[in-house]
Amino acid sequence: MNKNTLLYAGLILFGLAGAFIFPAYKLQLSFLYILIVLAMTWDVQGGQMGYNTFGNILFFGIGMYVASSTQIAMFFSLAEWTDAGGEKTFVHTIPQFFQGFGVGILLAGIIPTIIAGVIGYGILGLRGHYFAICTLALGIAAGELAGGIEIIGAGQGMTVPVWPKGFGSNASSSQFLYYLSFILALVTFITLKWAYSTRFGLVLNAIRDNEDKAEAMGIHTMRYKIIGWMVSAFFVGIAGGLMGHINGYIEPTEIAFAGPTFGVFMVLMAILGGKGTLWGPLVGATLFHLFKEGFWTYFLGWQYVALGVLIIVIVVYFPEGVMGWLREKYPERFGEVVDEADLKAQVELK
Amino acid sequence: MDLLIFQAPILMVQASMDGILLGILFALIAYGMALQWGVMNIINIAQGELVIMGGYIAYFMYLSGIHPAFGVIVSPIIMYCVGWGMYKLVINKVVDKDLFTSILATFGISILAQQLMNFAFGADVVVAQSNFGTTMLFNNSVTLPNAKIFSGAVCVISAIILVIYMKKSKLGRAIRATAQNARAAKILGVDTEKVYAATFGINAALCGIAGACIAITFTLHPYTGLPYTVRSFMIVIIAGLGNLPAVAISGMGLGVFEEWSDYLLGTEFRIAAVFSLLVIILVYRRFKLARKREYLK
Repeated sequence: MNKNTLLYAGLILFGLAGAFIFPAYKLQLSFLYILIVLAMTWDVQGGQMGYNTFGNILFFGIGMYVASSTQIAMFFSLAEWTDAGGEKTFVHTIPQFFQGFGVGILLAGIIPTIIAGVIGYGILGLRGHYFAICTLALGIAAGELAGGIEIIGAGQGMTVPVWPKGFGSNASSSQFLYYLSFILALVTFITLKWAYSTRFGLVLNAIRDNEDKAEAMGIHTMRYKIIGWMVSAFFVGIAGGLMGHINGYIEPTEIAFAGPTFGVFMVLMAILGGKGTLWGPLVGATLFHLFKEGFWTYFLGWQYVALGVLIIVIVVYFPEGVMGWLREKYPERFGEVVDEADLKAQVELK
Repeated sequence: MDLLIFQAPILMVQASMDGILLGILFALIAYGMALQWGVMNIINIAQGELVIMGGYIAYFMYLSGIHPAFGVIVSPIIMYCVGWGMYKLVINKVVDKDLFTSILATFGISILAQQLMNFAFGADVVVAQSNFGTTMLFNNSVTLPNAKIFSGAVCVISAIILVIYMKKSKLGRAIRATAQNARAAKILGVDTEKVYAATFGINAALCGIAGACIAITFTLHPYTGLPYTVRSFMIVIIAGLGNLPAVAISGMGLGVFEEWSDYLLGTEFRIAAVFSLLVIILVYRRFKLARKREYLK
């Protein structure tokens, strides 16, 4: 237990001090926290519940659009803002910016949650690959639809309100976003850790292992599936809202509803770290971020080729992930007792 | 906008004709997908990329001065080898895993293929001019490019050849046996590994034919593969595995739906309409098949 406390304290300390230790990598680190949130929330469906979704990107994009359009629309006309494009004719004052920011981020969490609840009943009834393809289509359809709506900038996208002049120094914008994303990652981690330790987590695992049997035991599986999706949607939506501010710019298919990039990244991160574990997505996201930055630095131009190869290698050769591999190797550290006789019997059976 | 149908009914005839000819292409791609889905239980997200790759082979011939229509012969031969190689390198390792593994692995292949095509041919929208001319119908108010008629005919002929091949040949029988029960087929001496490789190759070859037709009639772009995958998936789930007439009909239906939505909603919503239709169909199917919770009284 003592070791664990040390680990948690170390991670929190790193998060709090990170902005000062690596001032040049602040945005990279905030990006990492967002990726951790994406991976952990994907794991609620993909790992714990056994529903392999490509559709969580939908909430990411909606959160992104909701956060910045709310922030704009509270004080200015949204249509005029998008018409003006990059020109900074409309400037938020300091209180306006923070009021808008707060309300926007809050709505970025709430609206995707509601949407998840509404569409969940239809979509979560699908099983297996039908669910996977349906959610894939959902994300892409949302991106294409957003690309056709004029008021949020259509295909050109929209700019996000800039940090108000005269408040703090130049660096305070990235510092602010750094701490917000860190807090988001922390809250997500704590919430999920708590949720997995309750009846809710057990039900999710029961759904993964055998949904029909779980239903026969009297569990309203649909209710739990929808709640699980809503929890994911809440955190992913807020992550999207923050991501909009980190980017400073929203574009429908490449940034907001980026199914082929973020939508697949979150799956990969969870698989790389080991799906169905609490720590797996966190480890996976960190490793993946390092890989990705390495590709972008050393294979510039070929980064997507390297990414494609990485996907194939992870999925084909390393499907159990880091945590799964560690679990195989050191089962006693995970509190599992290996029965030698049982192991021998299994080998003989093979 | 809703009045557009009544204002110019002849344009709807035009859209329907275009849609049917387009739908035949979709049906051919979907038949390939149904084949490998049925035999290997794999969903190939890179299906669209195989189509685009086949198209670029025809485009490459056009660039080298050969008439692109010959692409419908050359492209399937090359694509068969590509499909065979793809099977040997990646797919044979995911055949016996769960479906999601194959979805992700082929997603990786699709990203890879997109980028390689982007390097090879650039990110511009290209088309291979066939100079086939156009046919005028109904007092010159409906125009049909001969290239579209040609591609429709090619697809129908290749589908017929494939059906006969699957019925009569030894390999075709082996493929059908493996689809029914891979284990039993193995016991009776069918080399399932070879059958799988051949199935994937045939699927890629079908995509190659469709791609060559698309190069002549429509446009090619390295990143437009995914909609073809989704369309074929949609056709397969509506028509079921291994039901060719149903595949053909639902393919044409999809083609008509797409042309109509393109025409009535606007081109920018075309892809959105396809993907939304898939979601709607899946959700409808789920409610249709849903079991009801009932209580004993």
